[in-house]
Amino acid sequence: MMDTTYLFGRLTLDAFKHDMIETAVGVSALLIGIAITALLTYYKKWRWLWYDWLTSVDHKKIGVMYLIVATIMLFKGVVEALMMRAQQVLSVGDSYGYLSSPHFQQIFTAHGTNMIFFVAMGLTFALINFLVPLQIGARDVAFPFLNSLSFWLFAAGAALLVISMNIGVFSSAGWVAYPPLSGIEYSPGVGVDYWIWSVQISGAGTLLSGVNFLVTILNMRCPGMTLMKMPLFIWSVLIVLVLIIFAFPILTATAGMLSLDRFFGTHFFTPDAGGSPMMYINLIWAWGHPEVYILIMPAFGIFSEIVPVFSEKRIFGYVSMVWAMGSIAFFSFLVWLHHFFTMGAGANVNAFFAFMTMIIAVPTGVKIFNWLFTMLRGKIHFTSPMLWFMGFVVIFTIGGMDGVLMAVAPVDFQVHNSLFLIAHFHSVIIGGVVFGLFSGFTYWWPKIFGFKLNEKLGEYAAFCWIFGFLLAFIPLYILGLMGATRRLDHYELSTGWRPLFIVALAGGLVIAIGIFFQLLQILVSFRDRKKNADRTGDPWNGRTLEWSTSSPPPFYNFAVIPEVQDRDAFWTMKHGSHGEGKPRYEQIHMPKSTAIGVYIGAFSFLFGFAAIWQILWLAIVGFIGIMASLIVRLSDRSTSTYVAIEEIEKIEEERGRA
Amino acid sequence: MNEHKHHADLHFIEVSKNTIFGFWVYLMTDAILFATLFATYAVLHDNTFGGPSARELFSLPHALGATIVLLASSLTCALAMVAVSKSDKTKTIGWYGATFLLGVCFLAMVGTEFARLIASGNGWDRNAFLTAYFTLIGTHALHIVFGLLFMIVFLWEVFRRGLVPVTIRRLTCLKLFWFFSYFIWIFMFGIVYLIGAS
Repeated sequence: MMDTTYLFGRLTLDAFKHDMIETAVGVSALLIGIAITALLTYYKKWRWLWYDWLTSVDHKKIGVMYLIVATIMLFKGVVEALMMRAQQVLSVGDSYGYLSSPHFQQIFTAHGTNMIFFVAMGLTFALINFLVPLQIGARDVAFPFLNSLSFWLFAAGAALLVISMNIGVFSSAGWVAYPPLSGIEYSPGVGVDYWIWSVQISGAGTLLSGVNFLVTILNMRCPGMTLMKMPLFIWSVLIVLVLIIFAFPILTATAGMLSLDRFFGTHFFTPDAGGSPMMYINLIWAWGHPEVYILIMPAFGIFSEIVPVFSEKRIFGYVSMVWAMGSIAFFSFLVWLHHFFTMGAGANVNAFFAFMTMIIAVPTGVKIFNWLFTMLRGKIHFTSPMLWFMGFVVIFTIGGMDGVLMAVAPVDFQVHNSLFLIAHFHSVIIGGVVFGLFSGFTYWWPKIFGFKLNEKLGEYAAFCWIFGFLLAFIPLYILGLMGATRRLDHYELSTGWRPLFIVALAGGLVIAIGIFFQLLQILVSFRDRKKNADRTGDPWNGRTLEWSTSSPPPFYNFAVIPEVQDRDAFWTMKHGSHGEGKPRYEQIHMPKSTAIGVYIGAFSFLFGFAAIWQILWLAIVGFIGIMASLIVRLSDRSTSTYVAIEEIEKIEEERGRA
Repeated sequence: MNEHKHHADLHFIEVSKNTIFGFWVYLMTDAILFATLFATYAVLHDNTFGGPSARELFSLPHALGATIVLLASSLTCALAMVAVSKSDKTKTIGWYGATFLLGVCFLAMVGTEFARLIASGNGWDRNAFLTAYFTLIGTHALHIVFGLLFMIVFLWEVFRRGLVPVTIRRLTCLKLFWFFSYFIWIFMFGIVYLIGAS
């Protein structure tokens, strides 16, 4: 154990000493921070930032804030990926590359944690926040304050992960932190604690969001929208929320037990005193496997919205789509053991889980065919969202098929923890989740920001990502079959692996060019925002309710709550005959902004930091701060306000003129 | 303005409906958390690593006593909610006060049990069985602590503002939480003490 002091716990000046790369990142982050602060002060934007954004409980603004945090984390994750590939190209034979082993281990741990918890989850929640109330014809979520709190817990978790680069170290134990390696005996430093608390705090935010949006979807749909008339994106989100509610408490409990083992000397997962490391692996995957479906399901929902719009047809097989997602959710809790067939649970246990894993491919296949049948004989528009979709179909199917291959337990024994596995899950996560989210953001961008994205640059980006992906990960399949393991920072030249690693790095760089095009796309489209402005609110000839309001929507979303007769509600409205009288407005009840979410997020960050560095007084301050903020919020008597009819008329009139 | 009031009422009904349903969903997540801890206990309860077993450590009468105290507290909690439905502020505070005292009593009983075990050298760090035991019972006790904390906050509000819709809604959630905690304890009594100690 390290020495601790009352004032700083385990924190000493040594924690701030890092190698060149990390210091450079830290210093540049600091400089960017100073520059932003200076700009905000110079343009007197602090009040605007605080009152219009940070303390807002508007689901649309919270969605945009998720998008910003997740994008920053995406850059971090991509740089980490390129650093790993560069190391693998350089560190061959007598040369040992530019990264030390401990640093390399931190990078792959941070990459996985970052990409799953903060990029994929962050971008997913950005879209869920923005779209769910709009698509169900509601004015906000069920608990707007809780929504703000969820975001700030997510941001606090992300902040802990980021500062671990420059204060202390991050975990070296892999993104799921298997004991005994992650136990106190083999990882005595603060790294695993950083992992635990950043996952724990952001996980609490996810759990609260799960409750919040479940109640929103079940209780707040507009009149006429029965469950089977909901857009498929809403169905996908509903199913994801059920998975979150069942799976995330397991993560909370498991990471909690790991921290008890590390801090209080308990014996859940220790190899001695009767503890069971294998129990941790079972528990973490009982959360972890549903988690991968939590990530992919919204992408399924996004494509189910995009494909019909750009094929000008109704979705093929709506009911089978819903049942397919439902059965995927059910089976997702019965397959966790396929992550460790090699544990040696016995032939019958392995056979059961192998069988379940193969079954789960069936509903997934149903969905792929449904999208393809939707396109069949449709009027297909090959816009960039559709390019992402077609990249998805190819890459996700490849990933799915080799997933079924690995479900065969004897085959898995050969490729377990090899680069073949890495290639498999990147195929389904990049090809599935990331392409789905990019497709969704391109499609809904005009609704979020009021202007369309540049189409040409979007196409370049999609092509770079698709071909870059194939270039970066097909070699990994081959390397895996040749015996290259994951998390490898050095190998011998005689293995003959180097050319394939070079190709993989080149693929990574092509993806980086794709990201460059995406940034350029955003900048160019922002410059041309007047020209590309979406004045109708319905730039794609959409089918669902979010396109029936203006872009961006007014803060109350709908002046008059819509009534729904059919699936594809907005399509029916556009093509049906409905009386165009002057709408009768009523005053609207809206929640007020509150800073309590920001405060609780900040205190949670302090609490997490204190727990990592074992600074008792700071942990007490953090805890009391959280409780006091909650009590202040509970005794606040005016949490909402009314929008007067005159104001609604004024806003709606301006909308009509535009 | 009458229309304003009508709106406010409608809005309040909507919010209350959402809050209570949302609270049920939260309780379900909590149930999963406890399920994880129960599963852990089930796996580890024989791993005594040479230490004493559940039968040698636990006293059934003591656990039964704690169960009766917690049962009594959920009875007084139910009576408090009857007083709420009759808009009787004094009785509400009185019965919740009794609930609070019984809750403290329960915590004291769990505390003495823990202290006895630790004093006899059977702390949570001795073996995996005791680790699982302390964590399972301790997590439940932590729930009781938070229940008591919010009981103070909400009763203070009832005292200041009376039984208005907001305070009634909060007391309803608190009641759900309290019954849920009792419900979980029944499983602890059955699985940890009845099966383990007999």
